[in-house]
Amino acid sequence: MILDSLRTILAGKQLLREEIPFELVDSPFISKRSGIEFDKKGRAHCNRCGNSDPELFAVFPCARCGKRDTYCRACIMMGRVSECTPQYGWIGDMPEIVAAPLKWSDSLSAGQQVASDRVVEAIVRGEELLVWAVCGAGKTELLFKGIEVALATGKRVCIATPRTDVVLELTPRLKSVFPSIKVSSLYGGADDRHQFSPLTITTIHQLLRFYQAFDVMVVDEVDAFPYSVDPMLQFAVKNARKESSSMIYLTATPSLKWQRECRKGKREFVTIPARFHRRALPVPESVWCGNWEKVINKGRLPAKLLKWIEQRLLAGTPMLVFVPNVAWITKLLPLLQTFDGRVESVHAEDPNRKEKVLKMRQGEILLLVTTTILERGVTFPGLEVAVLGAENRIFTESALVQIAGRVGRDIDSPTGNVTFFHNGKTEAMLKARKQIVAMNIEAKEKGLIDE
Amino acid sequence: MRCLYCGEKIIPVVSWGSLFSREEEILLCEQCKDQLTLIEGDCCVRCSRPFDGLAVEYRKGEYCYDCVRWEGDIEWNGILERNRSLYLYNDFLKEVISRYKFRGDYVLARFFCKTLIQVLKDFDYDLLVPIPLSQERLYERGFNQAEALIIEAGLTLTPALKRIHTEKQSKKSREERIHLSNIFTIVNEEDIVGKKVMLIDDIYTTGSTLMHAGKLLKQHGTLSVSSFTIARG
Ligand SMILES: [Zn+2]
Ligand SMILES: [Zn+2]
Ligand SMILES: [Zn+2]
Ligand SMILES: [Zn+2]
Repeated sequence: MILDSLRTILAGKQLLREEIPFELVDSPFISKRSGIEFDKKGRAHCNRCGNSDPELFAVFPCARCGKRDTYCRACIMMGRVSECTPQYGWIGDMPEIVAAPLKWSDSLSAGQQVASDRVVEAIVRGEELLVWAVCGAGKTELLFKGIEVALATGKRVCIATPRTDVVLELTPRLKSVFPSIKVSSLYGGADDRHQFSPLTITTIHQLLRFYQAFDVMVVDEVDAFPYSVDPMLQFAVKNARKESSSMIYLTATPSLKWQRECRKGKREFVTIPARFHRRALPVPESVWCGNWEKVINKGRLPAKLLKWIEQRLLAGTPMLVFVPNVAWITKLLPLLQTFDGRVESVHAEDPNRKEKVLKMRQGEILLLVTTTILERGVTFPGLEVAVLGAENRIFTESALVQIAGRVGRDIDSPTGNVTFFHNGKTEAMLKARKQIVAMNIEAKEKGLIDE
Repeated sequence: MRCLYCGEKIIPVVSWGSLFSREEEILLCEQCKDQLTLIEGDCCVRCSRPFDGLAVEYRKGEYCYDCVRWEGDIEWNGILERNRSLYLYNDFLKEVISRYKFRGDYVLARFFCKTLIQVLKDFDYDLLVPIPLSQERLYERGFNQAEALIIEAGLTLTPALKRIHTEKQSKKSREERIHLSNIFTIVNEEDIVGKKVMLIDDIYTTGSTLMHAGKLLKQHGTLSVSSFTIARG
């Protein structure tokens, strides 16, 4: 009985003793892997998070082992892993995974269907696949069939994403289409971590508690911060997969490196170049507005931006105005608020972020000045978007594609204006536009849009 | 050099002063440091509780209401000479201390021990005595957060106390906590007789832990008891 409970908790995991809410029994099925190991040169390596940066290890006089014990600081937020801290796992039979019928009667768009078939294929063959789907293509649905097939063949599935918001959004959708199974939802502060489930939806951080668990790993928004720049999170994904497993990457904006690999045939990929509502993606316009920094520093608004905003305030069109950083929000906001009370701002550390986004949705706020924090995830019907200072380095190709992707998502208002206000066009601006145009052309060729 | 807490790169500012004096090691970045609130200015002379923002009825002269209560109780009067806490226990410090003692990021002691060294200059003491953890808790955490401050400061510690009570303190009311006797026992009476003891802990909340330790020490012949904590709750 106790062994059953231990199996539920330990299958596919790497847990510290204090993360196991039971007494441990002696069993050949319970494995212990050391937390910290040293290589021949004496360099420490953390088996939980993959850290081997000497700056991120420290030594302490350990009361458990009585020695000067090396521990990892990179993953300290999940509890301390030191030389004398084993990670517990399970090496006996895994809990059984049974077929779960998909309960979903809507149909996929033609573009989604192509991608869905490829996903199924990759899962059956245990391969890697990049799904390059434009913003608003509907990428969740194209996973359904693949998950059904995986479960039917006894495969354990994980959908991992860098952002908690996405976990919260995906969980109810997947629960509703797979009502017969337990779906685990993991993020900082969630309670599901002690159950075993055939389908896990998690932030990438939480994967640090898994070890060789999944036969199918789906990583959503691979290009999103911080996954793209954090080797620890990349390690976590790799460590959580079984040795022979399939890997599905989802993104609207693959990195330049990946785009190149796709072009050269070095990476398996499938595109969904059109949105589910069969209308072309809005192509961004570029408007030169000179030294806008100087103008704002003098307490005025750049004339062309002002005109763009005024027209939309009159028409009651909701707007996002992206600026390079918080400092510009502080300068721009009071200027805009003198004209219209329906202007607000949000940034990463804003405690009222959620409320403001909600007010925008309810129409109480018409314009939000923001940083790239809102480049993903948020959608408002009828939204139009301006980027001020689009030449700034923070606006990379993918950031600009994501920003443009906020517009025209809704089936009732499938088009809209996107304008880059700049003081000199950048490579990123050109490439972003090119990427969007290319997707529209491909979509037209494949008959995925109606215009 | 990286910030000990957030890991940001620190670019040391070279000033004329730093060229001549031995440069002090910078452990926290400016951003992290700015989020810590030093306790300075008007505060309770006995427990370091800041008077700023405290309602007038909680103050009596130079003492806060809690201290008036402690001192007015014959059982506790005169036990603790003075507690000095360095920082306000704000949300940021809560996070830092929680990473230090609960997650077990020992090296943060390197920053906190500096605060200890600084405060000790104002005290006349013979022994530094850390508030002990129970065996069980010590094993769980791997180190004693109060002891680590003394060790990292390069000072000598005297483990004069032993904890015999293991229940979680936070679940009890003030009254219950005050009336719990026997949280600690004395390890070796000879060590402490006639000595001026400085107790070391991480947080001063109600002061009851320190008061219990202090009372026991005094019963066994300690001359005086003062205390240091990183934070004042
Ligand atoms: Zn680690
Ligand atoms: Zn140890
Ligand atoms: Zn810092
Ligand atoms: Zn006081």
